[in-house]
Amino acid sequence: MTLLSVKNLRVSFDTETGLVEAVRGVSFSLGRERLGIVGESGSGKTMTGRAVLRLIRPPGRIEADEMRFDGQDLLALPERGMRALRGPRIAMVMQDPKYSLNPVMKVGAQLMEGLRKRDHLARGKARARAVAALEAVQIRDPERVMEAYPHELSGGMGQRVMIAMMLIPDPDLLIADEPTSALDVTVQAEVLKILDNLVRERSMGLIFISHDLRLVARFCDRVLVMFKGRVVEELAAKDLLAAKHPYTQGLLNCLPRIGGDRGPLPGLDRGADWAREA
Amino acid sequence: MTLTEWLRDPNPASRRQARLGQAWLGWLRLRRNPLAMAGLIIIGLLLLMAAFAPWLAPHDPITQNLQNRLQPPLSPGHLLGTDDFGRDILSRILYGARITLAVIVLVAVTAPLLGLFIGTVAGYLGGWVDTVLMRLTDIFLAFPRLILALALVAVLGPGIENAVLAIALTAWPPYARVARAETMTVRNSDYIAAVRLQGAGAVRIIRGHVMPMCLPSVIIRVTLDMAGVILIAAGLGFLGLGAQPPLSEWGLMISAGRKYLFDQWWVATMPGLAIFIVSLGFNLLGDGLRDVLDPRSAGK
Amino acid sequence: MIEIENLSVTFQAQGRVVRAVEGVSLSVAPRESYGLVGESGSGKSTILRAICGLAPVSGGTIRIGGEMVRRDRAFARRVQMVFQDPYASLHPRHTLDRTLSEPLAIHGLGNADARVMQALEAVGLPASFRFRYPHQLSGGQRQRVAIARALMLEPEILLLDEPTSALDASVQAEVLNLLARLRAEQGLTFLMVSHDLAVIDHMCDRVLVMQHGRAVEELTRDELAGARMHTAYARSLFEASADRMMG
Repeated sequence: MTLLSVKNLRVSFDTETGLVEAVRGVSFSLGRERLGIVGESGSGKTMTGRAVLRLIRPPGRIEADEMRFDGQDLLALPERGMRALRGPRIAMVMQDPKYSLNPVMKVGAQLMEGLRKRDHLARGKARARAVAALEAVQIRDPERVMEAYPHELSGGMGQRVMIAMMLIPDPDLLIADEPTSALDVTVQAEVLKILDNLVRERSMGLIFISHDLRLVARFCDRVLVMFKGRVVEELAAKDLLAAKHPYTQGLLNCLPRIGGDRGPLPGLDRGADWAREA
Repeated sequence: MTLTEWLRDPNPASRRQARLGQAWLGWLRLRRNPLAMAGLIIIGLLLLMAAFAPWLAPHDPITQNLQNRLQPPLSPGHLLGTDDFGRDILSRILYGARITLAVIVLVAVTAPLLGLFIGTVAGYLGGWVDTVLMRLTDIFLAFPRLILALALVAVLGPGIENAVLAIALTAWPPYARVARAETMTVRNSDYIAAVRLQGAGAVRIIRGHVMPMCLPSVIIRVTLDMAGVILIAAGLGFLGLGAQPPLSEWGLMISAGRKYLFDQWWVATMPGLAIFIVSLGFNLLGDGLRDVLDPRSAGK
Repeated sequence: MIEIENLSVTFQAQGRVVRAVEGVSLSVAPRESYGLVGESGSGKSTILRAICGLAPVSGGTIRIGGEMVRRDRAFARRVQMVFQDPYASLHPRHTLDRTLSEPLAIHGLGNADARVMQALEAVGLPASFRFRYPHQLSGGQRQRVAIARALMLEPEILLLDEPTSALDASVQAEVLNLLARLRAEQGLTFLMVSHDLAVIDHMCDRVLVMQHGRAVEELTRDELAGARMHTAYARSLFEASADRMMG
């Protein structure tokens, strides 16, 4: 069953130096599966994620032949309808919890806000749901975290809180934009495992946006590789090592390896035909 | 190569071309903001009015004509009417623009520079220098500006030069505050650390590296404050401590019209409108400049 | 070349005392490349900043070339630093020309034009970039400028604070290649900080693993490649990094 289908998505910005096209004709469809979008900075991967939620401010423009979520036309939906989708149906986790959590509100109050205002739950019930959500992201003492302010939490803890908050309304689709890039390596693995389990348990759709090809391949079923606003290659995660496109191969090979030889690392040939034509 | 191509060249061949190219981009950004452009046009008109006052003015602004006194607006030969000495109000406003402009330019050159200097030094050096300079700023800020300016003029004697001096001396503390706040965020940045590591001294860092970062906020603040400066200059004129009669300064004109406010409203209203429009122009431009000059938006 | 003994760095923040570095000792031989690795808050960057006088030393000694450090102009000509974030380390209102010629002006060195062009060429940037502003460059190009700036005074020691962690993987490869080439050409000594064990392994002869401001374990390159670490923390860091490398 198709949850989200996007055809020929374009995102452009009309700046004083001319028209900048961040996304140039991206198409994909997504069921209740895990889709990775990989690319380097400027590839348009973040804009693609934001465009699905129509979170692009003017002078940015979103155009597409089709953008449907669960039968609804996202392009024709009024802003009110979009607001009803964002959060309850499609949730988003961003890179740095420092900027996504309100710094002057306690974590508990932020978690309960939606439950109280949107679902009109009583205080006690909302609190119980919030604590349960924190437990679901494996926070050991949820009561303490409920009473903490965001700056009192470590990066990994903050990102778990973000995930908990996004998953409270039980969305059908989660868009995670570099959810672990701001975290230490040892914490990254934990947070990803938690995210992965939650997505599987609830059989949600996941769009995992990252610059890290290997990471995406481990946590997704399917991978889109983006370069300069276009999808250059789409492949199943297990076929990653058999990637054909030179850009994908370049991304795979340019990372240093422990115990590897110390000769120059293979870089991307930006002068190659495929890169200039893109 | 056309001029715009030259300005937009991504690889400028000289320092000057690079700087002009940046200015051109700023101008393009400003041009997208209709309100800022409206402000710019108003200020442009003020400049033209001041420059061409002798040619634009239908009458001499000083010669009195008592038979013709207190003519209402739109009377023949006097578009905005005449005042209590029969002088044409339009001509007096046009000539008054010169005085207003002189006050603005002098204040805009002196006060922000003083404030910028004190603010960046205090912010960059910190410690006791900061404490002393900022307490000094606080003392100046503790008095209402007009009262302080009044006291200064009372000491120095009335007159347009002393009014400018008094306004400049009371106007710098906000700029010092703005510059200091900006310096505090800049001084811990990596690019300042990098130039310190290269062995640069405090003077070089403040002048070459800190001040350029504070300048945009100060410039924005200046344009937003210009309205206030015009009002204070007018206020001093109104109180008889600024420009002296028969000079046609706008505040002085309002003061003279006060006596006739109920029967001959135009005498005070016309210069009042002039002050209002010019203040509005500076405010609109200041808001627009904030978007253009703000370092946070320049990187995009 | 660099000898650090029992270094401690303590910050006072809002009445609280933060011990960023506690009793760390290390020594780096001339022309060696030495790595500091650890997670955020491990104090690895603070050591670099302490060497340059950007962080307060509360105990211990730092010697460069056998002498106690004095942060004067002579120090600037021996030791330079490349910062983590190339978006923050270049003055946003200075052209590359100004950024690169500033160190020459400070030290009264002449022939600025030729030296700037030479520096751009050395880091692989076209001469036409000379009068660009930082915002007209990509992240990798900016980091090349930052490296060029650090080399303007021809220092012997380069302190590298996560020089590639803000960059894309393919750009990281280019910058690491550039750094390796410059080290070989100019006989530089590197003290490099990173959170990425693979980057450190690629660039450094020896590495010190740090955690919570303390040194955990020093490893040679062979020990790292053979996974012969003695402490649990170093091992967990190794495993988290090696894990990501697998296809």
